[in-house]
This record gives sequence, C-alpha cells and structure tokens, in this order.
Amino acid sequence: MEPATRPGIGLDHNHQLSLREFPYIIRWRDDRCKRCGKCTAVCPVKAIVPAVKGARTVTSEGPVPTPKAVRSITHVVEQVTDMERYCTGCGACTLVCPNEAIEPEYNQQNKFLHYKNKGGDGYKRGGRRNDPSISTLDRLKFTRISMLTDPALDAGRHEFRIRSLLGRIMRPEDLPLAAEGGNLVLDKKKNIFVPPVREIYPIMIGSMSVGALSPPMWEGLAMGVAYLNEVEGLPVVMASGEGGMPPRLLRSKYLKYFIIQIASGYFGWDEIIHALPHMVEDPAAIEIKYGQGAKPGDGGLLMAQKVLKLIAKIRGVPQFIDLSSPPTHQTKYSIEEAVAKMIQSMSMAWGFRVPVYPKISGTKTAKAVLNNLARNPYAAALSIDGEDGGTGAAYNVSMDKMGHPIASNIRECYLDLVKQGKQNELPLIAAGGVGKRGNLAANAAALIMLGASAVSIGKYIMQSAADCFGDEYNRCSLCNTGKCPRGITTQDPKLYRRLDSDRVAERVVEVFKAADVELRKIFAPMGRSTELPIGMSDGLSIDDKAMAERLGISYAC
Amino acid sequence: MCRLAAVTSREYISPMEPILALETMKEGHDGSGLGLTLKDLGGAFEKLKKYPVLSGICSNSGKKVLDDFMKKQGFKLKHEWNPKIKPVKDIAAHDHYFARVYDYPAAYKNKPMEEKEDLLMNTRLAVRKSGEPDESIFAFSFYPDVITLKEVGDPLQVAEFFGLDKDGLKAKIVLAQGRQNTNYAIYLYACHPFFIQGYCSMTNGENTAFVPIREFLSSRGFPGYMGYNSDSEVFTHILHYTTRQLGFPLQYYKDVITPLKATEIEKRPGAGALRLIKQSLRPLCIDGPNMIIGFTPDGACFMVHDSKKLRPGVVGGVKGKYALMSEECGVDSAVPKRDRSKDIFPMKYDMVIVSPQAEEVKVWNQLHGQA
Repeated sequence: MEPATRPGIGLDHNHQLSLREFPYIIRWRDDRCKRCGKCTAVCPVKAIVPAVKGARTVTSEGPVPTPKAVRSITHVVEQVTDMERYCTGCGACTLVCPNEAIEPEYNQQNKFLHYKNKGGDGYKRGGRRNDPSISTLDRLKFTRISMLTDPALDAGRHEFRIRSLLGRIMRPEDLPLAAEGGNLVLDKKKNIFVPPVREIYPIMIGSMSVGALSPPMWEGLAMGVAYLNEVEGLPVVMASGEGGMPPRLLRSKYLKYFIIQIASGYFGWDEIIHALPHMVEDPAAIEIKYGQGAKPGDGGLLMAQKVLKLIAKIRGVPQFIDLSSPPTHQTKYSIEEAVAKMIQSMSMAWGFRVPVYPKISGTKTAKAVLNNLARNPYAAALSIDGEDGGTGAAYNVSMDKMGHPIASNIRECYLDLVKQGKQNELPLIAAGGVGKRGNLAANAAALIMLGASAVSIGKYIMQSAADCFGDEYNRCSLCNTGKCPRGITTQDPKLYRRLDSDRVAERVVEVFKAADVELRKIFAPMGRSTELPIGMSDGLSIDDKAMAERLGISYAC
Repeated sequence: MCRLAAVTSREYISPMEPILALETMKEGHDGSGLGLTLKDLGGAFEKLKKYPVLSGICSNSGKKVLDDFMKKQGFKLKHEWNPKIKPVKDIAAHDHYFARVYDYPAAYKNKPMEEKEDLLMNTRLAVRKSGEPDESIFAFSFYPDVITLKEVGDPLQVAEFFGLDKDGLKAKIVLAQGRQNTNYAIYLYACHPFFIQGYCSMTNGENTAFVPIREFLSSRGFPGYMGYNSDSEVFTHILHYTTRQLGFPLQYYKDVITPLKATEIEKRPGAGALRLIKQSLRPLCIDGPNMIIGFTPDGACFMVHDSKKLRPGVVGGVKGKYALMSEECGVDSAVPKRDRSKDIFPMKYDMVIVSPQAEEVKVWNQLHGQA
C-alpha cells in the first residue's frame, strides 16, 4: 500500500513538524501589525516570512439568515516549520517592530534536539551550555561578616588594592637577596633568573579571537581595556584568542594590556612573529591554549563564512575556508613536550620577559597538568576553563555535556598546591560561567576565595557590553554562523555596522568600574582590603552539605 | 579586643607590673585568659640562663608521662619552679604548673644553637602532642631563659592565683595579654603570647586573613608551624619565618605583613628586593585589625600595626625601661615617671623597635625605609 503522505496522495501533513516541536514560537498579533516587513527582513535565520492567506468570511444581515460568503486576501507573518530555519528566539523581530506586534516565546515542550541533526551531522552552534539551573558559583555565599570583634572596613573610605599577580612567583627562600647596611637589596651576583610577573586586575577578558568577534566588537573591547588601564588605573588585561591580533596593535604601546594566545592552529602567528622586532612593548602574557571549557578536547573552528579579507590577512590564510584548529597541538606528543617545550619556546621568543602559561578546559585530570607545571619553573600560571565557558562554534553535545564545573576543579587544584606549599608560586586563573547570571563580582570573589588568583570572562562581557541575546535557553546561539543579529560575532559588514565600538568600549569601562565597586562591597565587610583574599575559604559557605565537603568550606542554611 | 601590656627593662621587674597595667585597661578584655611570657629571667633562674626552660601545665598522670619522656630524651632536670597556687573563685586549677630547667642531652651539649633550637622545639611539640588529646599536658615554651604562664580567667585573679605578687619571679622582658575571647574557643593553647624558637608575639584584634596565612605557614614544611588554636599565632610564626628562616632584618616583618603599594615601593631604597619580597610573601599580608607586640631572641621588643591602624598602641618610657601597651593608661601604670610628650603612637607606616636592655627606642618608617 502506498504511504498516504506521498505527494499527491494524502493531505494529512504527516512527516511535517508542528510548531510545538520548535524551541521558540512566534507570537504575532494581527491587530497590531502594520505589515511593514521589518521583522521578516531582520530575522537572521528567516524563521518568519510574510505570507498571503486566503480567507472566507460568511456574513448574514437582516432578520432572516441570508449567508453570504466573502473571499478576501490577508497578509500575515508566518513562522516556518523548517528545522533548518528554526526561530532562535533572538528577538531581533521584537526590537525592530514599531508596534510591539511580534515576540518569540520559549516553548518548554520543544523537541528541537530530536530533529536538529539533518544530513547526519550533529547540531552545531555558538553560545554557552544550555543549563539554566543555578550554578555552584551562584550558590556560594559570603558568610564571614566582620562587625564587632573585627570591624568591617569602609568600602568607600579605606584604600583597597584589588590586584593580582600573573607570572611565576619565586619561593621566598630562592629570592636573590643580599643584606646591605641593614637593608635587603637584589643580589645581582647570584645571577638567578627572576621570572616576569605582572600586576593585573583580577578580572580579565578571556580569549575571544579577532575573527570570532566582529571588528567593532574586538575593537570596542580593546579600547575599553586600554581606557581602563590608561585613565582609570585598573590594570585589566584581555586575551587575544587564537587568530592573531590587528597588526597595528602588535606594534603599539598598548600591546602590554593584551595576552596573546597561541593555539593548535597557530593562526595569526606568522604575523605576530614578523611583528616581533617592531614591538615597542611586551605583551602582558602568552596563553597557550590546550583546551576550552565550552568544547573540551575539541579544536577551534572558524567557519568559512566568517573568514573575510581582514581575518584572512591576520591569520595568513585564504578567504572563505573553514579554519579548524586540531584538538591538540599536533607537533607534540606528550605533556612534557606539549607544555614544557612550548612554554620554553614562547618564553624565548620574548627573551624570558613575558609570562607564559597554558589554558586547559576543566577536567578531572587538571591536577596532572598542574603538577607538571608546578615542577616547571618557567610556567607562569594555569588557566582552567570550566564547563560553563562559552564559544563561537562547537557541537551542541560538546557544549552541553562535556567538561568539568570550575568551582571544584579550581578548589582541588588550589588545595593540591597548598599541600605542596606552592599556592603562591603558580597563580590559577578560573573561567567558565563567571557572571552567568549577572553576578560578576560575586562569582569572581567566590572563585578567588576558593583559590583562584584571577578570573576570566567571555559571555558576560558580550552580554553586558554588546547586549548579546544569548542565554541558557539556547536563545540565538548563532555565533558560529556569522549571522549574529547584534553584530558581535559576525564578519558581515551589514550586520556588524549595527554595533558601535565606542559604545562597547564605554560599557566595558562601566562594567569593570562597577565590578570594582562591588568587589569592595564584598571584601570590605569581610575585613579584607590590602591583598586579594586568595584562598580565604573561611569566608564562604554553601547550602549543600556535599558541596561544602567537596569544596572544603562550611555548610550554612 | 584583647589588651596587651609589655615591659622591657634594663633591671629585673616583677611580672605584676604589666599585669597591673592590664588592670588599668580592663574595659578592653573580658577576663577570658591571661598569658605571660618572661624573657631574660632573674631570681633563681639568673644563673641558669643557658639552660632551656620547659613551661607548661600538666595533670598528675601527665606529669609521669612528661617525666618519663624527658628522661628518655636525655634531658636532665636541673631546677623546677612551681607557682604557689592560691585558690581563686572562678579559676579551675590544674594539677601542676611548672617551669623546669633542663640540661641538654649529652649529644647536644656542644651542638650549634640552631640545632639545639630545633631539638627544643621538636621536644616541645612531642610533649604537646602526647598530652593534647586528653589535655594532660600543655607545653607552651621550651627555650633558654624564657618562661610562659597561661591560665583562663581574669588577669589580676590569675596573677593572684599564681601568687605572682609574692613570688620572687622576675624578668627583664615581660609580655602579658588579657584575652578578649572572640571567635575561638577558650582554650589554653589559644592564649597569647605565642612563642617559637626565641621569637614571641601577642596581638589584639581578629585576623581576617588567617586561613590563607595558616595554609602558607603550614605548608612550609617546618614542624613548628602548627597549632593555630588562635588566629593570632600566625603573627609569631611569620616573625620567626621572616627573621630566622629567611634571615630578613627585623623591620622587614612590617614589609611582609603590611606591604607597601607598588608606587610606594618604587620610592624605597632597595625597591627591587622589596618588590620580590612582596610577591613571594603575598599570602602573609595581614589585613587587620591588629596591633602586634613581640620580642626577638636578642631581646629587642617591637610594636607594629596593620596597614590601616585599626587597633591602638602606644610606647613610652625612659632609657632603661619602656612599656609597649594597648593604651596610654597602661604606660602610665608601668612607667609613671616619664616625659609623656615623648610617648610614641605608631602610625600605619611605623614600626617601633626598643633595643635590647631597653637602651633606646626607634621608630622605623616603612615608607622611607629608615628610622
């Protein structure tokens, strides 16, 4: 028997999807819509289209029923039921609608992931882990409040030094010191290598590449960072991500505020190496990327549609080709090679004047890497990116299911260093979900008290500085496609002209200044102002006994 | 907030002097304990200066354990001082309070002082460990020419309890602390002053940076960095670590616990060294509110504050006798005849150092790196 759904045979629409399967359903109000067409034009995925519908209205006038059928044509905005053009919920339509006639609504019953694998390929996207539950970081509370026995400090009056160190810090016993007239001076005769150490602000902007980000976004972040350093006196640093840096910036005095990343694709390094003799400042640090929280064990990916002229030039590749970085550094085969030699090479490139550290994704094996670094006197830090880290492009399964939460990962690494007495020698940088629900300062402070020397942010700054639509309900998540409706993660001038780099820079400054105030408001009542309270775990509590035990902090309810 | 009273003198003084000074500052402590450390001992101890003195408390059963242990270690008892206990209401007496002078085991007699110090500390720790679970033995200090007494109660009552007003016990340096219990249990090992290998200090105020400092010290691999029943014990150990272990001059204690800002460091002589010290000893930075009084093995006494000066402190006296106190009234009690206009109220950059034998007092300024 022929299936009823074959064309021409049946009309029951069986193999078609209903809107109930889709993650977002467009709520369109006929009575408000003036049919201007702005929403359908702006939709980055063409999930809505203008459509023409025929209507048949039966009317009757007078005391006796005399039905009359009137046929008319109406124009509507219609949501398509094609999974390739699913509504991402970004809400760009709502923004442009002059009459508030349209809005996407999250559909909890959606079966999106059941269908988003057409052609036998898994669902790829940008964004973050789609887990809207409250993270461990947001459950941590600051419960040691100074009041009477130890008066609280005044966040407005006392001097606060919210600074951290990035770089390998020497053991006190190894310092090249000599006594001279009752004072200590540097003993240059000892000819001991003193590793470079930078004083930085403990919240840094994590690696997001030129290429992943649009020119105005990257530029806006960079301008904001430079302003924070030069005008506000906040030594905020920003990591480049893989893919090099604008050539002019490499040769400018502002390079000192940037951490240059090298990853497994080595994109952009031809340009960087050639710029080396012309550099007037050293970069803040070099970050060697071995992994990232959003897609642990997976390489980087810049999709062809984002590889436009500028990006191709910076990265030294042809235009419009997929740029994938392998999951590991292919020239290396063991941790000794991958880490030690890479650190050595990078250090050597800048005459051992620049801290060089690896970044890994959160993992159960973090301690193994840590211990390797602890034994390497040239390793400047370890950056760990937890599972809540975001990305420009990855498989959904990598983002949602792979990786390790940052809180316990950073804590166990810190306590491992404490056991070895090296907690001050190798700074830990924590990332992945910092500011996930907007609590930037609180999350940062909590991680610092668990043992991090600094934290790194990505998604948070995209949202707060450039109004990224993304959230933990898979809203938008189009970063990989080059169709970012906000102009943040696109190389399409039509899209990125929506973003004003000056405004991004302004917001970056506001965000850091506000975080600085909030950090004071956290540290002051805890009686801390002079030094960053790294590892001050007695200040923290959590409302879950198992978590408290795992983190080695107190339980409070 | 505790109250601190220290007197350093060229002549031997009675420990009652700083205790009476504490009494004048009574509003500031709640009588939850008295700790006393005496250095440069007089009276019967004057002729025994080179022999180590084990100070502590034990029960009857603990006494036997202690006797056997010390004998086994090769220490020979040369002299024992016990306070004549006068029962006082509210103070539950332990069985034995003692300061025992021992001769070194034969193998150590000609060893350098550093090795002797390690032996004494390890012995004290072993004694402490054996008596800690059942509280049968408390060992506070074991070092030549130093006695430590501690008991829970009002300082003046404790002094009466020990009969210090009638006893001939004398010393040239006496540190006394009237304890205001804060967040920690009332426990003898939580009572200041704390002592380790010739270094002693007492503090008032909470130590908000306690946990990272404790973790840093505990992970130095030095057996004496333990205990921490009080958050103030770390101040003594930082003193020991920076001066004895790292060999820094005493004033660098200030640079370690309250480091200067980067811009201030640049203006200090030896800025390069200071920058590295600040980085490497970052976890030892305190945040107050604290005032610390202490002494070093050579008999120098000092007073230092947290960088915000959130606790008071005053040093006053005459050549040959200086008082380092929480409050002016304490100095008035200990050294009434002095020029009060010369009293020193150290500010946030200052470290007051009284030289051995109370010869002179100097205020070392951290900002300028000189006195």
